[in-house]
Amino acid sequence: MPSEQTRGPFPLPSEITDVPGAEGWASMYPYFTRFRPEDDQRFWFYNSMHFPEPVPAFDAITSEIPYTAIGANTARVFVFPTTLGIEHRIVNGRVYITANPVSDPEEIQRRLELFQRRAGHYYANWDELYAGWKERIRDLIGELEEIEVPELGEVDDEQVVTEARGFASNHLVRERYHRCIDLFSKMWHYHTEFLMLGYGAYVVFFEFLHKAFPEIPDQAVARMVAGIDVIMYRPDEELKRLAKLAVDLGVDDLFPEDANPAEVFATLEERGEGGKKWAAEYQASSIPWFYVSTGDGFYHHHRSWLDNPAVPFAALTGYVQRVRDGEDLRRPTAQLQEEREQVAQRYRALLSSDDERAAFDQMLGLCRLVFPYVEDHKFYCEHWFTTQFFAKIREFGGLLQRFGVLDDVEDVFQLQHYEVDQALADVMLAWAAGAPPVGAGHLKPLVAERKRMLEVLSTWSAPPALGPEPEALNDPAVKMLWGITAETIKSWAQSPESSEGEVRGFAASPGVVEGTARVLMSVNDIGQIEAGEILVCPVTAPSWGPVFGKIGAAVSDIGGIMSHAAIVAREYGMPAVVGTGTATQRIKTGDRLRVDGNEGVVTILS
Amino acid sequence: MSLVASLEDVGQLDTYLVGGKGASLGELVTPGLPIPRGFVVTTNAFRLVAAQFDRAGSIAERVAGLSAEDHEAVEAVTAPIRRRIEETPLPAALRDEVVAGYHALVGEGTEQDTGVAVRSSATGEDSLDASFAGVQDTFLWVRGADAVLSKVRACWASLYSVESVCYRRQLAIPEGAAAMAVVVQRMVDARSSGVMFTRSPSSGDRSLVAVESAWGLGSAVVSGEVTPDSFLVSKVTGEIVRRQLSVKHRRHVPNSARDGVVDEEVPAGLQEAPSLSDEELGRLLDLARAVEGHYGRAQDVEWAIANGPPPREHLFLLQSRPETAWSRQDAGAIATAKPRAFDHVIEVLGGR
Repeated sequence: MPSEQTRGPFPLPSEITDVPGAEGWASMYPYFTRFRPEDDQRFWFYNSMHFPEPVPAFDAITSEIPYTAIGANTARVFVFPTTLGIEHRIVNGRVYITANPVSDPEEIQRRLELFQRRAGHYYANWDELYAGWKERIRDLIGELEEIEVPELGEVDDEQVVTEARGFASNHLVRERYHRCIDLFSKMWHYHTEFLMLGYGAYVVFFEFLHKAFPEIPDQAVARMVAGIDVIMYRPDEELKRLAKLAVDLGVDDLFPEDANPAEVFATLEERGEGGKKWAAEYQASSIPWFYVSTGDGFYHHHRSWLDNPAVPFAALTGYVQRVRDGEDLRRPTAQLQEEREQVAQRYRALLSSDDERAAFDQMLGLCRLVFPYVEDHKFYCEHWFTTQFFAKIREFGGLLQRFGVLDDVEDVFQLQHYEVDQALADVMLAWAAGAPPVGAGHLKPLVAERKRMLEVLSTWSAPPALGPEPEALNDPAVKMLWGITAETIKSWAQSPESSEGEVRGFAASPGVVEGTARVLMSVNDIGQIEAGEILVCPVTAPSWGPVFGKIGAAVSDIGGIMSHAAIVAREYGMPAVVGTGTATQRIKTGDRLRVDGNEGVVTILS
Repeated sequence: MSLVASLEDVGQLDTYLVGGKGASLGELVTPGLPIPRGFVVTTNAFRLVAAQFDRAGSIAERVAGLSAEDHEAVEAVTAPIRRRIEETPLPAALRDEVVAGYHALVGEGTEQDTGVAVRSSATGEDSLDASFAGVQDTFLWVRGADAVLSKVRACWASLYSVESVCYRRQLAIPEGAAAMAVVVQRMVDARSSGVMFTRSPSSGDRSLVAVESAWGLGSAVVSGEVTPDSFLVSKVTGEIVRRQLSVKHRRHVPNSARDGVVDEEVPAGLQEAPSLSDEELGRLLDLARAVEGHYGRAQDVEWAIANGPPPREHLFLLQSRPETAWSRQDAGAIATAKPRAFDHVIEVLGGR
C-alpha cells in the first residue's frame, strides 16, 4: 500500500463535503462504507461504469456483495499473485473503489505457486467446468423463482395444523427474505467465479497485439475476440422474429411507432387466431429472454422487458416497419464469422515469425475458450437473476405496504437490506401480536427524506478520482480489476474546459455522421427516439441495442469498446463514441452533432 | 551488348546493367503491377560514352580521393567532368536506339501524351543499405527526341553532382563501381500523386499503410513543398483509421506546351478538398498488399493517379523501394509458444 502522500490532481476523500440539502446521506449506507482519515493516503476512483447515479439504500447491496465476491475470488480462492481484492466506499451516494496490490516479492512468489495450480486447474478443464456452472446458475435462478412471500392473512393456512408443520407462516418471512439475500450473494460468487481468469486471457491477447502492432485500434482486437452468437443477442433476435411474425400473421398494423403495449395486447385478443398466436409467441419469447434488464444489474429501477414492455415495443415497432419494407432482419452470422476469421488470419499473417504465429494461435485460442462464459454469464447473473431478485424484494415491499409500513411497494428500496430485515421483523411481530406494526411512523418519513436526498445527490458532479495517484498501475491484474489505465487517469486529470464544443471518448465504432441529438437518461424513455437521431445516453447497456437500427450514431457517458453495444454498433456500421464521461451533461436534445467514431470525438455544431 | 533494354526484360538481378531504379521498376512489371511503360539506357551505354569523356580512365581515382566535407574541392573536380559529359558526342548506334525507343514508347499515344519522364538510375542506388532518395535527378514532361537525349546526358552528369559525390564518399561506395543508367518512361498526367509506406512510419506497425497525397505531380510531395493529405489505412480491415486533410496551396503540373513542369496555385475549390477518394484509397491499399506481397517486406512506394479517361482514372506505381527505418529496428519474436496456452496468462498475471 502506498504510504507516501504525494499531492496529485485529485481532491482527497477528507476534502469532500456533503452535498448541501443532503447532509444526512450517510444514514443510507453501512458504517463500513464511510471514508476514514487514513483513506486519504490511497487512490480511489469513482466507479461510474457500474454506478452512474446515486445509490438508493437497498441498492448498496449491489456494491457490497459483488466486492465481497470478486475480492475473495481474486485474493483467497485463485490467489492472484500481484493483487488482493477491492475496497469500496460510498460518499454523497457514489461508489468509489480501490484495489489492493501485493508488492512484497516473496509474497508474490508464494502466491504464484498456488495461482499456477488453481488457475491452471480451471483453464485446463474450462469447458467442463463451464458446463457445470451453467447448471448451477440455472438451479440458483430456479431456487430464487420458487420463493414465495407468505401472505400473512387474518388466519394462518390450515395445512400448518393438518401437516403438523410446527411453525407459523410469519417465521417464513424472515427465512425467505434471508434466502433471497443469500442466493443473491451466491449468484455474485458464481458471477466472478471465472471472471478474472477470462479477462486474463483477453488482456494477454490485447497486450501481445499492441506490442506486435503498436497502432492497432482496440476495435480490431475486440472484433477478433467477441463472440458472434452469444446469448446477449438473443433478446433482440426474439424481437426480430416477432416482428416478422406480426407481418406474416397480418397483425403488423397494430405496431405504429407509438404503439402502447397494453392496448396492443388487448386488441390482439380481438384478432382471432392470428392475434392469439402472436400473443402466445410473445409470451414464449419472453421467458427467459425478456428478463433482460434495461440496465446492467445494479439498480432496482432498471426493470426487465417483462416488467416494462415499452422498452422492447420501442424496438419492435421499428423492426415491423423494416420487415414491411422488405428487409431481412437476421444477423448474417455466417458472414460475420467469416469476417472475424479473416481479420484474425490477416493479423496473424502480418506477424514477423512462425514463433509469434504459434503464440498468437495459443492466445487467440484461449480467448475463444473463455468468451462464452465472459459474455454469457451477464445474462444469467445481471439480467435474469437480478431482475427476479429485485422483483422478489418488491414482493416483500408489497407485504410491508399491506401492513401500512410503507406507502408504496417501491419504497422498500429506500431501506438498507439490514433495515428491511428489521421492518419485516416489525411486521412479523405485528401479525403475531395482532397490533399494527410500529414502523409506519418511523419509516415513512425516513423513506420520504431519502427519496428527496437522492434527488439532491443526483446533481452532484462526482470527481472521477480521489487521493494521490497510484503506484502499481502497470500491473495487468490490477488494471483488469480496476478496468482503468494510466491513460484514463491522465484524461480525467485534464481540465474539463479544455475543448469547447467537443466531447471526447473512446472510438467504439468507425464512421462519421451528423445529426440531431436525443439525450435519454433512462432506457425507459427509449420510445422518444426518432429515426436518424443521435442517441446520447449514460451507459451503453445491451438493452439499448435493439434501437440501433433506428438511430444514426450512439454516444455514451460510460462504457467500453468491448461492450455489447459497441459490438452491435459495429455490426450495424454505425458510428459510436463511448466513455465520454460528460456527454449527457454537455449535450442537449436538439443539438446538432457530428460524431466521429474513428477518432472518438463528438462535435457540437449548434 | 545492349545499350537499351525494355523494362519488361529486366529485374532485380540486373542492377549492374540498369541501375537500382531500373532494376526495381523492371521487377515490378513482372507481377502485373501498373508501371508506366518504358525502357532503360543501360550502363553499357554509359560506359561507352565514358570511354570518350574519361579517356584516361582517371575519374574514378580522382573522385575517390575527395572528402565529403570539402564541397569546394568536390565542385572544383566535378564541374569539368559534368561539362565534358554534356558535350561529348554520342555514338550513332546509341543515339539511334534511344530515339527509336522514345518513338516506340510515345508513338501509340495521342498528341497530348508524347511526354516522358527521364530518370537517373545509378548502380548502388536503392539498395537495402542506402536509399539515394532524391539525390540524383529526374526530369518530368520531357518532349521530343532531342530533349530526351539532352536529359539523358543530364542524368549521366548528375552522377558527378556535388551532392551525389559527397553522398557516395560519405557511405564509402566504391567509385569504380559507380555507373549511371537512365530510365525513360511514359509520363503520367497526374491528377493526384504521392507516397505510401506499407508499414506505419510513426510506429512501424505492419498492419497499417500510410498514404500521403496531393494534387498534381508527386515531385511537390517528395520535395516537401506541399503539405499533403495524410491517411492511415488498415491492411486488415480496409478501414481508414486516420484522415488528416491539409490545405494544398501549390501543385506541379505540365506547362501549356506540355514539355516541362510548372508550379502553380491550386484552384480555391480544390485546396481543402481531399486529393484522394475513399475508393482510390482502397485501390492503393490493394497495390500496397500486392507490392509488399511480391517483395515479402515493407515498401516505400511512389504512385500517381492519372487524369481521365472516365470511368476510372488509372492508378500508376512509379517506384517501390524497401522501407529502411523500421526494418533496421525489428528485434526478435515478442512471444513464442508455451507448453500450455494458459501459461501465457499465468506469466502475465503472475507478476514480473
